[in-house]
Amino acid sequence: MEILLVILIGLLYAAGIYMILRRSLVKLIIGLILLGNGANMLIFLLGKIVKGKPPIIEATGKALEGLYADPIPQALILTAIVISFGLQAFAIILVKRAYKVIKTDDLDEMNATDEDL
Amino acid sequence: MLLAVLSGFFVALGLPLIIKVFKGPNTLWVSLFPLSLFIYFISKLPAIKDGETLSSSWAWVPSLGIGLDFYLDGLSLLFTLLITGIGTLVFVYTSSYLKGHIYLDRFYAYLSLFMASMLGLVLADNIITLFIFWELTSISSFFLIGFNNDNEASRKSALTALSITGLGGFFLLTGMVTLGYVAQEYQISALATLSEEIQANALYPLILVMVFVAAFTKSAQFPFHFWLPGAMKAPTPVSTYLHSATMVKAGIYLLARFTPILGNHEWWNGPLIIVGSITMVYAAIHAIFRLDLKAILAYSTISALGILVFLIGLGTDEALLAAGVFILVHALYKATLFLVTGIIDHETGTRDVSKLSGLNKVMLPVGIAAILAAISNAGIPASFGFIGKDLIYEATLHLGNMGYVLTGLAVITNVCLLFAGFLAGIKPFIGPLPPAFSKLHLPPATMWVPPLILASLGMVFGLFPMVVDTALIKPIVSSMTLGTPTFELKIWHGFNIVLLLSLLTIGSGIALYFILKPSEVLFAKATRFEKLSPESAVNQFAKGFVSFSSKWTNFFQNGYLRYYLITILSFLSLLLGYRLFYGVEIYVDTSTLSDITLYEAVIVLIMAAAIFFTVFSKSRLTAVASMGVVGYCFCLIFLFYSAPDLAMTQFSIDTLTVILFVLVLYNLPKYLTLSDTRDRIRDGLLSLIFGALISILTLEVMNETVTKDITSYYAENAYILGKGKNVVNVILVDFRGFDTMVEITVLAIAALGVFSLLKLRLKSIEKE
Repeated sequence: MEILLVILIGLLYAAGIYMILRRSLVKLIIGLILLGNGANMLIFLLGKIVKGKPPIIEATGKALEGLYADPIPQALILTAIVISFGLQAFAIILVKRAYKVIKTDDLDEMNATDEDL
Repeated sequence: MLLAVLSGFFVALGLPLIIKVFKGPNTLWVSLFPLSLFIYFISKLPAIKDGETLSSSWAWVPSLGIGLDFYLDGLSLLFTLLITGIGTLVFVYTSSYLKGHIYLDRFYAYLSLFMASMLGLVLADNIITLFIFWELTSISSFFLIGFNNDNEASRKSALTALSITGLGGFFLLTGMVTLGYVAQEYQISALATLSEEIQANALYPLILVMVFVAAFTKSAQFPFHFWLPGAMKAPTPVSTYLHSATMVKAGIYLLARFTPILGNHEWWNGPLIIVGSITMVYAAIHAIFRLDLKAILAYSTISALGILVFLIGLGTDEALLAAGVFILVHALYKATLFLVTGIIDHETGTRDVSKLSGLNKVMLPVGIAAILAAISNAGIPASFGFIGKDLIYEATLHLGNMGYVLTGLAVITNVCLLFAGFLAGIKPFIGPLPPAFSKLHLPPATMWVPPLILASLGMVFGLFPMVVDTALIKPIVSSMTLGTPTFELKIWHGFNIVLLLSLLTIGSGIALYFILKPSEVLFAKATRFEKLSPESAVNQFAKGFVSFSSKWTNFFQNGYLRYYLITILSFLSLLLGYRLFYGVEIYVDTSTLSDITLYEAVIVLIMAAAIFFTVFSKSRLTAVASMGVVGYCFCLIFLFYSAPDLAMTQFSIDTLTVILFVLVLYNLPKYLTLSDTRDRIRDGLLSLIFGALISILTLEVMNETVTKDITSYYAENAYILGKGKNVVNVILVDFRGFDTMVEITVLAIAALGVFSLLKLRLKSIEKE
């Protein structure tokens, strides 16, 4: 399974980079989201994936015992997902707003400061 | 001594504040600072006279062998006295010259800074400390030369001076580090004993080149001389201080200081003689065609510096004696002439020598000072300059056949210098007074007393050479030759060839003064080769450099996001690829991998297809929806592999993102393919390569053993310390609770941004 995930990570990175190299701002945002997913999966995979053993302490236990999934990458990814949502939401609205003002989302045409508009 | 050197820095720091507090019209009291230093150094005179040397040291960076070590011998004493003595007079003079200038406080601070750096330079006993103070003089002189910062020419010449002397600084550092490496010794006073070993080392020529370039740039030797005339844009007190007595002499000091260490070798003497004689003749000839008083003085200063380099190059005891005396002679008369020029400029508003005459009638004391200085400069008997000139001729004549050529050059130089001195010191004061100047009056005493003191000293030392003979000159020579000098300064040497040469010089100089009248025509003739001068070469180089760097910058900083990304990613891919290809053996340990179940494989396939659709879809809706699918599949993978919290978060966030996208979808531009096929292929290749590299990297990293210390800490303590059973939750809200709070803040700010962007009404102009 790890091999499949590794390929998936490569695919996500490649797709993300291809998208952020486009001239359209919308594609740029999609590219960032894909890249973010790729990075999250990378972190997840490097913490060693374990099946069916979530890092939750048994009702009677006082600590995690035996084989369990690593909680640290999970905590990291959780933070990353939430933060990237903040970024995405803001970026989407910003693009919409920018498009309303200057009528384009082509990066090559967004090369003037507001004074030149 | 440490305090004496460093006090200038503290004073420079405090002065602007102090002057602001005591904001009075008179800033004469500031001169007490250099005066006290002068008194301090002159009190050391008896000790130095008896052949003692004083030193003080304070470890600064002992591990690198750098210390604030100071060492006072005859040579340093001469320079400290010039620096503080002329410094005092310049401070006094400035209090009138720049009276009421808004930046007067700053000016004094720069002057103190410069004075302190200069003192540090001539007293430093550690070659690295020497370099540091050397650089400080360059930097502080930059501020002084560019003091009139609203004037473009002034800014430009400050920059030129800084680049040239700064360049020299690099060379000095290289030279000093090499010297320290070769000798394994950083104390200047100790280096002299290692002189033979240093000169036998293969790196000796390198050290020489470095020291030469440093000295030549600082002391304005050909072909680096041009910054000095440019630096005349500075206020006259600066020109007086920096360009007659102190900074330009730093190069001379360096050469003199290193004479016992590096000197007495043909590679040392030859270049110095050649460069020195070229400079002295070239600049002297240039000086006689100038019309601007300060330009005349600038070129004659360069010429005088040439003479000094030349004398140090000769390296005989007589030549070094002549150099020691000439440093003093030159400082005295040149500072006088500069100060006088400042007065003339200040009172008449012109420095054009062809327009000035007869000023004696309105400002006699100034005239007396100027004429005395011109006499000393001319080397007319009974002046200190006469003794200096005699010594130079004696030094050149005693060299055998080559001596005649060099003597000839010295005579030509001196004739031109005499002419230049007369032009600057005598011409403005004699003859008829033009009606335009008849209303002029004598400036305040603080302006004319300093030049008069200097000029009179030039005469006193000339008439009574024994005043300075044993006290000052002998220790200077002994610190350059490391021996006990046996000579006596005499005003009368009897009738001999030296006297004849002196008379010849004076005669032809005066004749020249009557024949050659300064005029625009001559000036134009003399400067028509300017295009070929080193100055234009440097300017061309500077222009070329600027245009090259702007091309370079425009190439890399082109303003296109994708080109930046391409540059960064290509470079990263190259590095990563190189490392993975050559440094890493790729293998996968299949035994540790988990099995692939059918539904997992299906999920992965769906995900891959969704990625594909996201990238290649022509419709926004499809792209956004496929992106959602990618997210949901991701969510399932989290679920399979024991991360229920992540699955929940991913699920809600992904849903929200898609909803947000769809909400604004119709307010978004058309989903067009903007780039052409070639660009797409290029980007596709780059992203595939990068993706593949990341995959390989991941495979390799998976082989690394991970230490689980932190994980087991959380696993054991989540319940005991955090009272929670879901470890991921405990980490987020308890162990790293503060981080989470900041994260919430970030989200809140983003939400505020989103909200305000949505609610913001367009202004009427923006709507159109």
